Amino acid sequence: MQRNLAHKRCGLIQGVFLKIGILSLQGDFAEHLHVIKQCGVEGRLIKRSSQISDIDGLIIPGGESTAIAKLTSSDVTIFDTIRKKISSGMPVYGTCMGAIFLANEIEGSAQGRLGLMSIKVRRNGYGPQKSSFESEIDIPCLAADGKDNETFHAVFIRAPLILSCSPAVNVLASLDDNKEGSIVMAKEKNMLVSTFHPELTGDLRIHRYFLDMVKSSKLTN
Amino acid sequence: MAPTTATNKSNKKETGTLLVKKALPQMLKGGVIMDVVNAEQAKIAEEAGAVAVMALERVPADIRADGGVARMSDPELIMKIIQAVTIPVMAKARIGHFVEAQILESLGVDCVDESEVLTPADEEFHIDKSKFQIPFVCGARNLGEALRRIGEGAAMIRTKGEAGTGDVVEAVRHARAILGEIKKLTVLPAEERMTYAKNIGAPYELVKQIAETGKLPVVNFAAGGLATPADAALLMQLGVDGVFVGSGIFKSGNPLKRAQAIVKATTHFQDPEILAEVSRNLGEPMVGRTARSLSEAEMLAVRGV
Repeated sequence: MQRNLAHKRCGLIQGVFLKIGILSLQGDFAEHLHVIKQCGVEGRLIKRSSQISDIDGLIIPGGESTAIAKLTSSDVTIFDTIRKKISSGMPVYGTCMGAIFLANEIEGSAQGRLGLMSIKVRRNGYGPQKSSFESEIDIPCLAADGKDNETFHAVFIRAPLILSCSPAVNVLASLDDNKEGSIVMAKEKNMLVSTFHPELTGDLRIHRYFLDMVKSSKLTN
Repeated sequence: MAPTTATNKSNKKETGTLLVKKALPQMLKGGVIMDVVNAEQAKIAEEAGAVAVMALERVPADIRADGGVARMSDPELIMKIIQAVTIPVMAKARIGHFVEAQILESLGVDCVDESEVLTPADEEFHIDKSKFQIPFVCGARNLGEALRRIGEGAAMIRTKGEAGTGDVVEAVRHARAILGEIKKLTVLPAEERMTYAKNIGAPYELVKQIAETGKLPVVNFAAGGLATPADAALLMQLGVDGVFVGSGIFKSGNPLKRAQAIVKATTHFQDPEILAEVSRNLGEPMVGRTARSLSEAEMLAVRGV
């Protein structure tokens, strides 16, 4: 109930200023920054580990997961800093590539990853770009208090599948027609992932949901 | 908190929409797309951190050296490259050759480059790219050309530069032209927009949109003659969203090392310390040829309308 009420406050509680970092090594980080600004919150593009110390939450954008694996393996400080911050409770939201980078298991791949979230993913699970799609999905946790939930217009671009997850993971949204790997949005403790891209469609609800996670985390600590 | 699984009756999937086509290049931003001519090179590119590979039969430097008609690659070669890597695979079709594009789409390439590097199949008309399920990238030298291609359905623009030369001057010229014209357009009085659209041969609606938003409605990369990490960073600082590197990598002495360096330089394009570090000991760059030394018949950028 409280969570739902907080949604309406657009990412900011009076007196609590949030700084959201957006990992900007490669991908659609500018789109995320734009959305974060629209939510009335300060966003910062992050390329080096020195920029991470004072952020309250981190977004890992869409992009190519092998590229991000290479870029972080050649700069171990940024990799270690992000890993430590998330392990110690900093909220993180990964879209598409971000979900792959957070996963502890990537089917058939040894590529670098943070490996913090108990999900198993398959990269590029729907096929080549001609199978990329947009669709209306239900995300019950976004329901505003006392109102019917509007569907979310989700864009999937060479998206991964979440094949399985541990009981510690809350499934927040699924596609029903894809029996294997139908999960498209999930949360485990301070980690939120979606295999689609809310930063592309102008609907701020998922980012606000994430900002609520960041807010709660900041108020608790 | 109890798990809340959504139970949708049916999620209708719409494929090949403009939004879906424009989104793929958005995911490639800040990255490097590398020309490869076989599966081994594609693997090296992926290993180096490329965001996509461009499959073609010969890199532009060889097309220049060999002469003759340059066409779409053998589908067998493209399939091998698709099977070799997990990153997106692009492939080139000749300007106006919509059948080559249909073949590439059916093979499962992720994006078609309607490219002046190949010998044009049509000197008057480009492909109607809106009919395809997959995105197209097209070259442009100026804003008018970029907007004509976007009008035809291109989901991504790149500068033409002068491919296969290792000379970055034309890519710089084209990037400055496109980005500079966009800036000027934002301060142009509204009543001058129609004449401006007419003069540059661009659709009015797109001119109006850019005047209001100050940016292209699609992703804009640099291409054509980039050969070093510093070249990539130069174009990024000028304001493009990412870079293509063609002959510059696999025509150099140490392709993997150079490819990795260009990937890092594209990410850290504003950081001279990192640029200095990655530029060290890269081995021989590709043998360059100045764009100015090309005869008119040798210039690729003038192809297309």
